Amino acid sequence: MEALLALIIGLLTAAGVYLLLRARTFPVVLGLSLLSYAVNLFLFAMGRLRIGRPPIITANAQGYADPLPQALVLTAIVIGFAMTAFVIMLALKARAELGNDHVDGTHEP
Amino acid sequence: MNHLVIAPLLLPLLAGILLLLFRGIDLRWRRGFALAGVLGQLVLALVLTSAVADGGILVHSLGNWPAPFGICLVADRLTAWMLVTTAVLALFALAYACLGTDRAGRHFHVLFQLELFGLSGAFLTGDLFNLFVFFEVLLIASYSLLLHGGGRRRIRAALHYVVINLAGSALFLIAAGLLYGLLGTLNLADLAMKVAAASPDRLPLVRAAGLLLFGVFALKAALVPLSLWLPGAYANTSAPVAALFAIMTKVGAYAVLRLSTLIFGGPLIVDWLLPLALLTLAVGIVGAMGSDRLRAQVAYLVLASVGTLLIAVGLGSAAGIGAGLYYLPHSTFAAAALFLLADQIAAQRGDLADRLEPGPVMGRHWVLGVLFFLCAISIAGLPPLSGFIGKFLILRAALDHPSAPWVLGVVLVGGLLALMALARSGSLLFYRATEGATAADTSTPTGAALGLVGGLLALGVAMTLGAGPLSDYTSASAQQLLQPVDYVLAVLGPHGEARP
Repeated sequence: MEALLALIIGLLTAAGVYLLLRARTFPVVLGLSLLSYAVNLFLFAMGRLRIGRPPIITANAQGYADPLPQALVLTAIVIGFAMTAFVIMLALKARAELGNDHVDGTHEP
Repeated sequence: MNHLVIAPLLLPLLAGILLLLFRGIDLRWRRGFALAGVLGQLVLALVLTSAVADGGILVHSLGNWPAPFGICLVADRLTAWMLVTTAVLALFALAYACLGTDRAGRHFHVLFQLELFGLSGAFLTGDLFNLFVFFEVLLIASYSLLLHGGGRRRIRAALHYVVINLAGSALFLIAAGLLYGLLGTLNLADLAMKVAAASPDRLPLVRAAGLLLFGVFALKAALVPLSLWLPGAYANTSAPVAALFAIMTKVGAYAVLRLSTLIFGGPLIVDWLLPLALLTLAVGIVGAMGSDRLRAQVAYLVLASVGTLLIAVGLGSAAGIGAGLYYLPHSTFAAAALFLLADQIAAQRGDLADRLEPGPVMGRHWVLGVLFFLCAISIAGLPPLSGFIGKFLILRAALDHPSAPWVLGVVLVGGLLALMALARSGSLLFYRATEGATAADTSTPTGAALGLVGGLLALGVAMTLGAGPLSDYTSASAQQLLQPVDYVLAVLGPHGEARP
């Protein structure tokens, strides 16, 4: 399971970085989103992967899942959501003002 | 527990919310309220400074959760120093904005207060993840402030700025997650202890996380090679926002300083810092010499001042850090003064704006010229203004460092070249102006705007006159930073070191 998750995070990061380096705003926004997905999964995995464990320690529990990374990831998701919304609006405004969707706003075929 | 520590956070947050709620009322009232808020912030920062001046470290645990389980806010000498610098700068930037810039778009005052909220939070927090949150707060406010007023160049610069900072935030989260996964804590004081006690098989990953964090903060501080976003962003935004942003790079420098003294002591970060800072200074100066617009030139000089500041930090000694902390407010105020002055100059030149080409004679060119001259000698570090003392302290601290020839060479030659670049701009703008030709429909610069520039320069004079007590304070701050045990004890309590 760990190897699979690591592979997913790696793949998301690689795809995110590739898209981030594109010259049009739409792939860049997608790249940022993929990157933030990868980061969220990574943060989540930092509490170690455990299945079917309660997040609260009780007397008869066999173990517990660390609740703190879950709280962190929730915060990161909310912030990432707001930032994605902002960058989409900015990209739309740039498209409207600059007349094209190149990240430098230059005209080229 | 001391509630004074959280006050500089609550004041701008509440002021921002109130300004948002009462956005319909007359602009004059909102301006007055926003100015009163920043003035209150300054008073709070000064009270906090007097409370920590004796070397005490004040801690506020949110919700009274004991550290390291809850989030805590920590105020020491460095924090108070940064808060005072920010509040003074914000007062001038906001006063300038009230002269008309705040009409160019909506919600300027709300965003300004939220920016202050993020800045204060970043300086006060004692928790790594909380630092991330406050970085995001100040960044999202800065995105909107950067865009304030709109325009093609501004939008293009903002797009670059936003994307690179979002990528930086992703790296910050990875580093914070890695440290939590390895050490099980995010409290800075607790991290300091856990890193020191990390088992050898985990040390490489801990160091990787540390360098990743350093990369993120270097991006915020605009350390070369992560500095390419700065000139575009600073040169194209509105003047008061650019003036306020003079403190933004210092947030990165603050985080580097905190990280390298508290958590990753030793050579891990400092070894990287000094060469990169020297390079930053060199790139900033070369950029300033090659700029074709005055505001781009000032933006590159901000880059150079970040380089100088981080050279001082990179020396790693108490004398170096103390000198850097004295230089920090000086360089912030001087850059802000130049940004505001460049705006006034640009307003006098019609379509030429701030392009460095001979243009029409400006209204009140005498006053503008004298102010430009004073700004130039202030930012280049010539006596009698405070830049000289800051640079002198840095060079004196560098003398016992192994790479002293490099530091002395780059800082001194850099200062000379900065002066040459500014002299060239000054002669193009003022001496080679065409007599008789005046730009159409411009009004002479108002006394209030020029007074604010003069006020920022007067702060430089005040810092020179008060150099004794101020440099005593900054070297005491540096001593405190190099004694991270005090910080850890203050946050975790006397039994903190015994906790498993």
